[in-house]
Amino acid sequence: MSTESIALARPTTAPTSLVERLHEWVTTVDHKRLGILYILYALLFLLIGGVEAIIMRIQLIRPHNDFVSPQVFNRMFTMHGTTMIFFVIMPVMFGFANYLIPLMIGARDMAFPRLNAFSFWMTAFGGLLLYFSFVGGDGLYGAGNAPDVGWFAYAPLTSQTFSRGHSTDFWVLSVLVSGFGSVGTAINIIATIMCMRCKGMTLGKMPLLAWLNFTMGGLVILAVSPLTAAQLMLLVDRYLGGHFFDTQAGGSAVMWMHFFWVFGHPEVYVLVIPAFAFASEIIPVFSRKAIFGYPVMVAATICIGFISMSVWAHHMFTVGMSSAANTFFVLSTMAIAVPTGIKIFNWLATMWGGNIDFTVPMLFCTAFLFQFLIAGLTGIMQGAAPFDWQLTASYFVIAHFHYVIVGGILFTLFGAFYYWFPKMSGRMYNENLGKLHFWLFIIGFHLTFDFMHIAGVLGMPRRIYTYEPGRGWDVWNLIVTIGVFFQAAGILVFISNLLWSYRRGEVAGSDPWDGWTLEWSTTSPPPTYNFATIPEVKSRRPLWDLKHPEDPDWLYE
Amino acid sequence: MSPPDLPMAEADIQWTLPARGPVAMYCLIAAEAAIFTIFVVAYIFYIGKSLTGPQPQDVLRVPIFFTICLLSSSLTIQFAVKLLRSGKVRSFALWWLLTIALGAVFLAGTAREWRHLIYDQGLTIQTNLFGTTYYSLVGLHAFHVTVGLLALVTVAIFTLLGYVRQEHAERAEVLSMYWHFVDVVWVVVFIVVYIAGR
Repeated sequence: MSTESIALARPTTAPTSLVERLHEWVTTVDHKRLGILYILYALLFLLIGGVEAIIMRIQLIRPHNDFVSPQVFNRMFTMHGTTMIFFVIMPVMFGFANYLIPLMIGARDMAFPRLNAFSFWMTAFGGLLLYFSFVGGDGLYGAGNAPDVGWFAYAPLTSQTFSRGHSTDFWVLSVLVSGFGSVGTAINIIATIMCMRCKGMTLGKMPLLAWLNFTMGGLVILAVSPLTAAQLMLLVDRYLGGHFFDTQAGGSAVMWMHFFWVFGHPEVYVLVIPAFAFASEIIPVFSRKAIFGYPVMVAATICIGFISMSVWAHHMFTVGMSSAANTFFVLSTMAIAVPTGIKIFNWLATMWGGNIDFTVPMLFCTAFLFQFLIAGLTGIMQGAAPFDWQLTASYFVIAHFHYVIVGGILFTLFGAFYYWFPKMSGRMYNENLGKLHFWLFIIGFHLTFDFMHIAGVLGMPRRIYTYEPGRGWDVWNLIVTIGVFFQAAGILVFISNLLWSYRRGEVAGSDPWDGWTLEWSTTSPPPTYNFATIPEVKSRRPLWDLKHPEDPDWLYE
Repeated sequence: MSPPDLPMAEADIQWTLPARGPVAMYCLIAAEAAIFTIFVVAYIFYIGKSLTGPQPQDVLRVPIFFTICLLSSSLTIQFAVKLLRSGKVRSFALWWLLTIALGAVFLAGTAREWRHLIYDQGLTIQTNLFGTTYYSLVGLHAFHVTVGLLALVTVAIFTLLGYVRQEHAERAEVLSMYWHFVDVVWVVVFIVVYIAGR
């Protein structure tokens, strides 16, 4: 192992001008810079999507509220969903994958640096296109601006008849364009992992993060492409007068639902598998133990990847499929709980008997374990068709998937932010502000999403802009909205922590966590070339081997 | 998972990884296959669901000649790549141009078929569900043939200008993988549209 990087003297030329620096960022093909661009871009959209959520929650804080009109409310939930899925979680996951995978597998860049830049700018352009709808969506009709068809845009709501103007076109095109970017990045991730690993890093010795992102890449390729196809069909319907989803001409609205959810459900795993990847890196380091059951973790991930492609119609139990189809999708949905459960037990077993250090990243990952378990349990409840018939399209569903996306994915994501912030910026974050963020956010999260379940069980449907008093929903909606403000406060603390620490934080050094994977062997932030000499590895924890030559891992693996 | 390594000289370990070009092309093909799958599923699902005519059995003729052209272009590109690998750039250029010609003939066949359907039979993408699914699926395939032809022509131009040498065989092979994929898709489209769908 020769991973000591050469400390180069910083060039002593005068600081470059702002224009030059911007130009460097815009034209960059460096995986670390593109990763950071992805992450910053996603953070910007996280704030925008968060504001949209706050607007909806203020509207619902009490019955008969008139904070926004029903039309604006429709736009808010459509934009909130589309933004959070396509322009927050996916880009931020791609950002971390971009930044970390080459560093973790001992490579100097991704397999296709220019494709990487192209993919990022496609995604960025998609996001701009979506938000340009606020300006350009009117078209010539003066008919509404932003998309208001819901994030899954069921037919026939999206036909020219019911969706005048260009708002739906902006939705279609922005998702289509960002889909090209997603597939490009996925191809890049897979090619990087297959072809760029450093010497000695067999597939069985890769960090779990690389394995899980590899699976994610495969899912993106197989899941986003059907959405691309469906969007093309919708464009044919809207612009060329086609009849794919036009029931008047024999087309089928249910086909759109199938096509959308063939994308939509694997998409959940596209988002959550990288979150699993963060947990699989953070939990061992702060438990001071190697990950428990590495091969089983890999197998469970691949297994989740495969099963996730055969569960999509559990979103559609109420459209009237045959009982055979319902049974199949109930069983496949239940089956996916098995590998997911295996993963949860493995994380717990990693913590078991470990010397646990509850730093901020570990706090977030621990909360993730509990919350993701609950999210999974409500998922199994709704995976049972009869239960779903009762509660589909209610706030119970909203509570369930926000438990997954916020309680599961966003929590590990915050953990990842704090864990790798020292590597990316070269400085430590402020631990106290981080803990404040954690507690504000966990209180807000539980106030909001725990009580949403109750409103849902009491029959409150999703996507209503207001409700009658006296149905028993009032108090729950009030609590839910109060929780949102705690979460917003947490996010503000988070952002200010990032900004403050970037300027004033302690210098982190190359390895602040006593980590075991290769990214900690180079400086923080890493030089453009990552490693002065390409490392060689003999085990899953190359830095452990380096630090403990008397007792290296490769004796036991 | 693996047996415990014995201490040994690391320099002795063989370390080869797959080339990135073919890996990325396989991934792209997987993505494209998923797109085509959705269009094929839609086509099959909508067979016989058109409320008005014309129906496929009334207007579609089986394009046997053009199918033979496209499928044989897979053979010619294979020969071309093989020749380039052994350094015979001139023969490579010949087979490569023949591939382009066969692909172009196929596209011309599609154009002729569409002209017949639009002007003689009055079938457009708006006419009925058959028109919508037929033009989308066949059009998506024709689009991929066009993209492939543009790439092939680019290589041909570089070849004629003398830039292509033996060491570029691997890149030509990556492109040929895409071309084979386009041909395989045509086999599926042919079976679904011209045999099962009529």
